[in-house]
Amino acid sequence: MTVSNTTAAVEPEAGAQVLRPHAEDAFADELKALAAADDRPRPARWRLSPWAVATYLQGGTLPDGTVITPKYVGPRRLVEVAVTTLATDRALLLLGVPGTAKTWVSEHLAAAVSGDSTLLVQGTAGTPEEAVRYGWNYAQLLAHGPSRDALVPSPLMRAMSEGMTARVEELTRIPADVQDSLITILSEKTLPVPELGQEVQAVRGFNLIATANDRDRGVNELSSALRRRFNTVVLPLPGTPDAEVDIVSRRVDQIGRSLDLPASPEGLTEIRRVVTVFRELRDGVTTDGRTKLKSPSGTLSTAEAISVVTNGLALAAHFGDGVLRPGDVAAGILGAVVRDPAADRVVWQEYLETVVRERDGWKDFYRACREVSA
Amino acid sequence: MSGAAVAAAAPPGRTTTGSAARPVVGPWLLGVRHHGPGSARAVLAALRAACPAAVLIEGPPEGDALLPLAADPRMRPPVALLAHAVDDPGRASFWPMAAFSPEWVAIRWALDHGVPVRFIDLPAAHSLALKEPAPKEPGEGPERAEHAQEEEVTPVVDPIRVLAETAGYDDPERWWEDVVEHRSPTGERDDGGMRLEGATPEGADPDDAPGDVLAPFVALAEAMSALREAYGDGGQPRDAVREAYMRIQLRTARKEFGDQVAVVCGAWHVPALAARTTLAADRALLKGLPKVRTDLTWVPWTHRRLARQSGYGAGIDSPGWYGHLFEAADRPIERWMTKVAGLLRGEDRFVSTAHVIEAVRLAETLAALRGRPLAGLGETTDAVRAVMCEGSDVPLALVRDRLIVGESLGEVPDTAPAVPLQRDLTRSQRTLRLKPEASERELDLDLRKETDAARSRLLHRLRLLDVGWGDPVAGRGSTGTFRESWRLSWEPELHVRVAEAGVWGTTVLTAATAKAASQAVAATALADVTALAEHCLLAGLPDALPVVMKALADRAALDADVGHLADALPALARSLRYGDVRSTDTAALAEVAAGLAERICVGLPPACTGLDPDGAETLRGRVEAVHGAIGLLDTGAEPGTGLRERWDAVLHKLAARDTIAGIIRGRATRLLLDEGRLPEDEAARLMGLALSPGTPPADAAAWIEGFVGGASGGGMLLVHDERLLGLVDAWLTGVPADQFTDVLPLLRRTFSAYEPGVRRTLGELVRRGPVPEGARRDDAAPATGGFGPGLDPARADAVEPVLRLLLGRPPEPAEAAV
Repeated sequence: MTVSNTTAAVEPEAGAQVLRPHAEDAFADELKALAAADDRPRPARWRLSPWAVATYLQGGTLPDGTVITPKYVGPRRLVEVAVTTLATDRALLLLGVPGTAKTWVSEHLAAAVSGDSTLLVQGTAGTPEEAVRYGWNYAQLLAHGPSRDALVPSPLMRAMSEGMTARVEELTRIPADVQDSLITILSEKTLPVPELGQEVQAVRGFNLIATANDRDRGVNELSSALRRRFNTVVLPLPGTPDAEVDIVSRRVDQIGRSLDLPASPEGLTEIRRVVTVFRELRDGVTTDGRTKLKSPSGTLSTAEAISVVTNGLALAAHFGDGVLRPGDVAAGILGAVVRDPAADRVVWQEYLETVVRERDGWKDFYRACREVSA
Repeated sequence: MSGAAVAAAAPPGRTTTGSAARPVVGPWLLGVRHHGPGSARAVLAALRAACPAAVLIEGPPEGDALLPLAADPRMRPPVALLAHAVDDPGRASFWPMAAFSPEWVAIRWALDHGVPVRFIDLPAAHSLALKEPAPKEPGEGPERAEHAQEEEVTPVVDPIRVLAETAGYDDPERWWEDVVEHRSPTGERDDGGMRLEGATPEGADPDDAPGDVLAPFVALAEAMSALREAYGDGGQPRDAVREAYMRIQLRTARKEFGDQVAVVCGAWHVPALAARTTLAADRALLKGLPKVRTDLTWVPWTHRRLARQSGYGAGIDSPGWYGHLFEAADRPIERWMTKVAGLLRGEDRFVSTAHVIEAVRLAETLAALRGRPLAGLGETTDAVRAVMCEGSDVPLALVRDRLIVGESLGEVPDTAPAVPLQRDLTRSQRTLRLKPEASERELDLDLRKETDAARSRLLHRLRLLDVGWGDPVAGRGSTGTFRESWRLSWEPELHVRVAEAGVWGTTVLTAATAKAASQAVAATALADVTALAEHCLLAGLPDALPVVMKALADRAALDADVGHLADALPALARSLRYGDVRSTDTAALAEVAAGLAERICVGLPPACTGLDPDGAETLRGRVEAVHGAIGLLDTGAEPGTGLRERWDAVLHKLAARDTIAGIIRGRATRLLLDEGRLPEDEAARLMGLALSPGTPPADAAAWIEGFVGGASGGGMLLVHDERLLGLVDAWLTGVPADQFTDVLPLLRRTFSAYEPGVRRTLGELVRRGPVPEGARRDDAAPATGGFGPGLDPARADAVEPVLRLLLGRPPEPAEAAV
């Protein structure tokens, strides 16, 4: 290859300080230890056995004492299904609302299975067919005519010829006609190059992990023909309130520090409250499981909870006394919940009147919400 | 690896209890897991191989007489053996059996081969009597020892869990499945069923076939005895008594039939049955047991009730899956996936054969990854979710409901003894002096009387159970809430209905409660649940009410249509009132009603905009109904909830908002005015606003219809408040000629509903015409403005003395005033 393209070209020099190293570099030690301890059968061209890949994602302790940190905290069942899917050379589709670690899981899966997470196609509304199949180096093409040298392979093409795991991010953002070119690759496992009268056949070990957001309906819905080629794993939102509060406060802390916002210890009650409100409206049931609720049209993901709290912190720091108060988050919550002015407003008011008003210790929050809702 | 776990727990050299299960000499102790299809297969194979002279089964001996019914072609599992105390049908135990239950398989085998079969557990007469001190849910019964262990509230040793943990499993169910349920006696995992059919007792390999098929039981007995050495009775002291009785029965059977006896019992009991004890010691344990007269019968059962979620201790999660494992001739996973695909296709989901192939592959690879010998329910479910359901749990819930649990309903022949429900009904009929007669007769009940109230409750409960003995009819004469009229007629087929209703419970009360609760959960429309709540109150089912209320609150919370909520509220308010008459506790009801009202308050204003005339008219009716209901609620138990104030705020909002249909605005204004929540000046201002020239005449006419329409005294309002009449008059005379014909029908409808007297008075007032502007200004009494030339002093003076007389005030100050 004379001209290397996209991600493959920007591998950092060893020792150079990159902002965010790839998974296979950041956790090279763990992968090495796992490979050494792994005596189970490995599918063709897999760096690890399926069992070891699942352990790499979920964490554990190896017989030699090496501690594998958990990369994905969630149901083991999901990880097992995902790994098994790759082992049966079916393509894997990770679905989930934004902020459920889809990309994170796909990167680590690719790193553990193939030792390389960089064979990546980023799906956008403008993703061209060349990004999925191949492009041409026009200087070469004009100088020497069509040849393998003039061909610029896509990450997918490279993965096929080398038996690696390729990744497609945001599959549903890719235009439908470009999506369709995946069907041949996934069912025939071959990529014809009619200009040269050749084809690239996938070797064993090739597979594809795609991620998609299942909340943005109607972006570019997958055709059923393409959908059939995937096994689907839906990554859930955090299972328990405590886990979510933990994630939110950790992220808020990180963001707050980079924005030089003062950390406020009292903020934790507000964070817990925001998470509770988000969870209850999202799940359509109160935390005690006794009252059902309508759900608003918004996603109310963990990521949104984080931004509501960060906004509140900024408000408190710049316009308040530096302590996160109900009034600082009320407006943010209202904005996150009420996306559709008519239906969502009713949902929100019902929630306020039937749940928040009655709840012990939520008086000030109720009042703050009433103020911004009026 | 799973086989190794058992082998490790029971090395072949140790034969402390293993001798009891040696193939050639009996008795064969076949330890099973109740409702385990693998156990059932193993039992069948063992029975075929051993050909015992008698089969003993863990169950109440009183049921022996009913055993031949099991061979009846009309008997279709799942069924349950039901034992109940004769004088207290509420005290009952169930021994449910599905087609794949080892006990059922053993019974059928014995009956088909003419081998005597008996139950050997402690008689129900004792176990029901023992049950009395700690009344637990039915089915917790004595028979499911090793399973009951898992379900007991008190922490006791779970033998299966201990074994599973020893083998490195975190889930005891999965361990049992791997070790026993997925093993077939021939050791071929995929086509075990086929081999079973072919494996006759004198089959291909007579030397080791019996040993082979009995090997799992030997190993299991070893493991269990090791466990019982460590844990004793495992926290179930009553087991000792039961096991003593079983030993005695086993001894008797051995005397009668020799050693060629097979025993099918919970694996936990095997070591105890094999233990060598003296007859005297066993007898001593049984001394002085309390006794109660019992009756037994077969009742139809359902897979759903076998499922653990319905609260029966002996339950299993997945009867449908177990049934499939038991029935599938071969390739159980492939057949299962095909079934799932069929179900999903039936529900219009696109599932191709390719999906089925991929799902089977995924399930099998998952099993390999998890180190299981064969894909189990967990793997297949994961595979179905990932491949056929596109990761979604919604279609999966359907699979769980229809296939994994299943909808199978058992049948019991008519010759089975009467169900306890019938006895309970007969008893109630006797105490309430209500004879079941075929001839139709009317019955008037006065609910203030104790007996009549009880009769009413019984009839309502029976109606809930679809036993249509009585039909409520409109009461003659009195319409008071304490009267009720019924038309009674007992048809012979009602006996069948009672028998059918027997699945719900053993007494009319418990059966009606159970049915109401299940209906509440199944109901989809809000109105259904409200009706059910009303019915529960009428039938006096306080225990069903919480479930119904929960369902009601849930439906109300999710129902986006305020109209439905508004329709439901009046019925609830009514129920609250009835509750007072029948002295039922209605706190839960009041709470739900308040919640409902709250939701209506929030949702009503947006729902009132952008309506067509018909929609607006319907909604007006609802606003009125809700208004009445809220009045009822507010006078109820808890004042000061602020509901009234919030409703007033809603009405104010309705009255003032421009985008709301005229008829509703008018009605809201009127309701507020009637309640004295709106000053008259304000009402006049609103009316003036609604009738101002900028408003389209049709809208204004609708407003008038809302404000003074209907027979609710709107006319009198106009008669007495001449200012309002003046506004109407001024507006009407200002309507352009071409639009007058448009508003005329509406106005005619509004005013034609008035009583003739009111209409005449109004007409006269209007004929007099409005006060001329000038005259009005000169008038001394501004409050009267409107129609007529003001006070006529002479005529007023003439009336005054009479008025004073009427009011009882002395005439003297009047003179002074004039």
